[in-house]
Amino acid sequence: MKVNLIINGASHLTDVAPGETLLELLRREGYKSVKKGCGTGDCGACAVLLNGRAVNSCLVLAAKADGAEVKTLEGISDGDSLHPVQQAFLDCGAVQCGYCTPAMVLTTIDFLSRNPDPTDNEIRAAISGNLCRCTGYEKQVEAIRQAAAAMRGGPNVA
Amino acid sequence: MSRSETPNRPFQVVGHSERKVDGISLITGQPQFVADADLRETLHVRLLTSPQAHARISRIDTSAAEAMPGVACVLTHKNTPETRYTTAGQGFPEPSPYDTRMFDTKVRFVGDRVAAVAAETPEIADEALRAIRVEYEPLKAVLSLDEALAVGAPIIHDEPESEGIYEAAGNVAADVDISVGDLGKAFEESDVVVEATCETQYAQHTPIETHVVWSYLDADGRLVLRSSTQVPFHVRRIVGYVLGLPIRSIRVIKPRIGGGFGTKQEILLEDIAGLITLRTRRPALFSLSRQEEFVSSRTRHPMRIRVKMGADKEGRLHALEMEALSNTGAYGSHALTVLSNAGSKTLPLYNKAANVRFFGKALYTNLPVGGAYRGYGATQGYFPLEMAMDMLAEQTHLDPIEIRQRNHIRSGETSPIFEKLGEGREGVAFTIRSCELERCIEIGRERIGWHEKRGKRRTSGPWIHGVGMSIHMQGSGIPHIDMGAATIKMNEDGSFNLLVGATDLGTGSDTILAQIAAEVLGVPVSHMVVTSSDTDITPFDVGAYASSTTYVSGKAVERAANKVREQIFNVAASMLEIDPRTALAELTLDRGRVAGGKRLISLSEVCQRAMYSNEQFQIGATASCVPEESPPPFLASFAEIAVDRETGFIKVLRYVAAVDCGVAINPKMAEGQMEGAIVNGIGFALTEEMKFSSTGRVRNPSLFDYKIPCAADVPPIEVILVESYEPTGPMGAKSVGEIGINAPIPTIASALYDAVGIRLTKTPFTPERVLAAMNGRTS
Repeated sequence: MKVNLIINGASHLTDVAPGETLLELLRREGYKSVKKGCGTGDCGACAVLLNGRAVNSCLVLAAKADGAEVKTLEGISDGDSLHPVQQAFLDCGAVQCGYCTPAMVLTTIDFLSRNPDPTDNEIRAAISGNLCRCTGYEKQVEAIRQAAAAMRGGPNVA
Repeated sequence: MSRSETPNRPFQVVGHSERKVDGISLITGQPQFVADADLRETLHVRLLTSPQAHARISRIDTSAAEAMPGVACVLTHKNTPETRYTTAGQGFPEPSPYDTRMFDTKVRFVGDRVAAVAAETPEIADEALRAIRVEYEPLKAVLSLDEALAVGAPIIHDEPESEGIYEAAGNVAADVDISVGDLGKAFEESDVVVEATCETQYAQHTPIETHVVWSYLDADGRLVLRSSTQVPFHVRRIVGYVLGLPIRSIRVIKPRIGGGFGTKQEILLEDIAGLITLRTRRPALFSLSRQEEFVSSRTRHPMRIRVKMGADKEGRLHALEMEALSNTGAYGSHALTVLSNAGSKTLPLYNKAANVRFFGKALYTNLPVGGAYRGYGATQGYFPLEMAMDMLAEQTHLDPIEIRQRNHIRSGETSPIFEKLGEGREGVAFTIRSCELERCIEIGRERIGWHEKRGKRRTSGPWIHGVGMSIHMQGSGIPHIDMGAATIKMNEDGSFNLLVGATDLGTGSDTILAQIAAEVLGVPVSHMVVTSSDTDITPFDVGAYASSTTYVSGKAVERAANKVREQIFNVAASMLEIDPRTALAELTLDRGRVAGGKRLISLSEVCQRAMYSNEQFQIGATASCVPEESPPPFLASFAEIAVDRETGFIKVLRYVAAVDCGVAINPKMAEGQMEGAIVNGIGFALTEEMKFSSTGRVRNPSLFDYKIPCAADVPPIEVILVESYEPTGPMGAKSVGEIGINAPIPTIASALYDAVGIRLTKTPFTPERVLAAMNGRTS
């Protein structure tokens, strides 16, 4: 069947197989920032924004996403200027291998849109569906705190 | 934190938390991981694995699979090389037995290789796997250390052609026995003797990117392996050996990779993908599913280790004995060296013991295969060592901190173990030149609030609080074995290409190696263009393991940069009309400029002259490093936990880690190494465990059922970098990659005893085990 998706603002009409997941579709269409870590919704490396909400794209059938608006990391930065969440991840050393990073950044963008001034515990809960084996999460919590402050436009309060 | 300084000037680049050189590309999601390539005509590879723990393949029929439309190639023992090799990517000749064959006529664990299919789509490959008919002749399986030791146990490696197995008939893959002094006499003369036996579990690395390789032929017909590996040069050598290809016909490229932690120090996929590409002349993509990653890749060797200590009344150690039994699973990958390191990376910490023995065996079982895993045996060894030390403290009425202070190694001291026990052979004697462990202990003790909390058993509702601690050392590379090399060449805008064989797994080694070169060459990191881990382009490096990259590869980079600096000074001397014999003393190099007398010339001018005008040559150099010593980093680890007395659940409330890694080349990255290692260690301590059915099948091969820590599971990890200066290291640096992972098990065990008075000797410390032990104690 054919589905119509808006990926990072551009319309895509594409054939999908009945069992194909949104993860498979996006990677096939060239959005390689969307990573596969398990295929069962446990690691969160494949998270994308589906109509603005972070979802594990391995658990979404491509056919079910017909008509939806999808955002991947490729659609987050504006030309050469990074999104404040990307900038904070970079500045705080929150990226080690970078494999979980695209999904972690997207999850954070969704989270901060709903909770612009989170506590550390709220941050930890928000990214608890995104497993990272490299960092110990310390620098990511710091980065999200810093990004929240930058996006609020206020001073960077710890 | 204090900033280290070289004798002459403060560091400009080293010691600063420079951003990752690959940071922008990673944070914008550039397609640079193995599977992000797009190669036309790619075949998809799937693996058929054994449902039997121990069996002979009496018949295998692939005709139906081969006849399927879309199937390009089927591999089994019938059409693949019989060469015996080891999958362990180690220095050559490897100290691991050659007990593995691409596809064998016998399977030795549930998940062992039986066949591989390459097809036009993954779905066709899966269907073809289901069409392969295999008849097994089941054999009695060995499913525990005790079963392996039992008289009359089935022999797992009964094939005569394997080499390097210590005693195949006894299922002994490897054996170690070293001793110093007279242990029996020392125990007799000790006032206090304690003994602890601890058991660690089967655990998994779980990099978020599983093993993956994409193989293809280049325009000249050479085999290219784009692989998620920690050891590109070992991949090239071992694949060449197994497939009977000359080294020159293989190129291994490691692009960005999604974590390794040791499991990618193995050659697990490259031989199959490579052979498929050679047979079909087509690209092949082979990645493990998460389930296969759990079952068929590698694990941390589970061990049962007994530690016995003898001391005088003042808690001064006289005798120290460690006996280790390691379960290496179906193959002996890293069996000897991981076993050795359980002793060699732990026992020297307490060098006041003049009488020491380490002995043990690595045993084959019909269970998943052990391998390299961050910590590499030390993680297993520190559990009983530190528990015994706590017991000794109790027996001698000393604080756990005080007894350690009386016995731990210090700067200017050595341990006979350094010389006696190396990596599968004798080690190398050396003296500790940098050790700030005393300060690490003091800083950590203050930070956690040891005096206010230890022994107080504060309660709140069902929660009982406790604090614990442990101390650690590791190493920095393997002396006289590891080797790293670096090439630097200069460009006419005053920038440099840095080519290193070293392998960045996400650790940031590309960045810290660039920092070292930039420091010597007086330029910012942005002027270093780093290319790493491509066997066609970069010089040799053993790869990312044994905490070697900063110390060994970093030293090679420093040496290459110094050679280039000298060449720059020679050219500059002639431009500035200074006697070249005194150039090194008279000239300085800073901020991209050479200064001599009152004149300044830019690096760009220097290179342009060398390239285009006078006595033209390429400014550039290659240098190598084979270390003479392995200076250990040191760690004092502290945790505060709360134990729910009703459920047995342990919550880690605070974690403090004070580490001496020499000069931290990049402090933020050094902290990141510590934080990640400690959280991984907390996972081992509390939740992570591979479970098996009675037939040897892994029961929880998913990230849902095998629980690694998420952000909400762990407390803030407070890392304090306690700087020392290691004179043999590049810019004073030692390693930091592994040490942190060893700490959480003994630290939490110590806190658990403080909280509820039980010593748990089996990991992980699940609520069930805690509760059972608490009930056992009170009932």
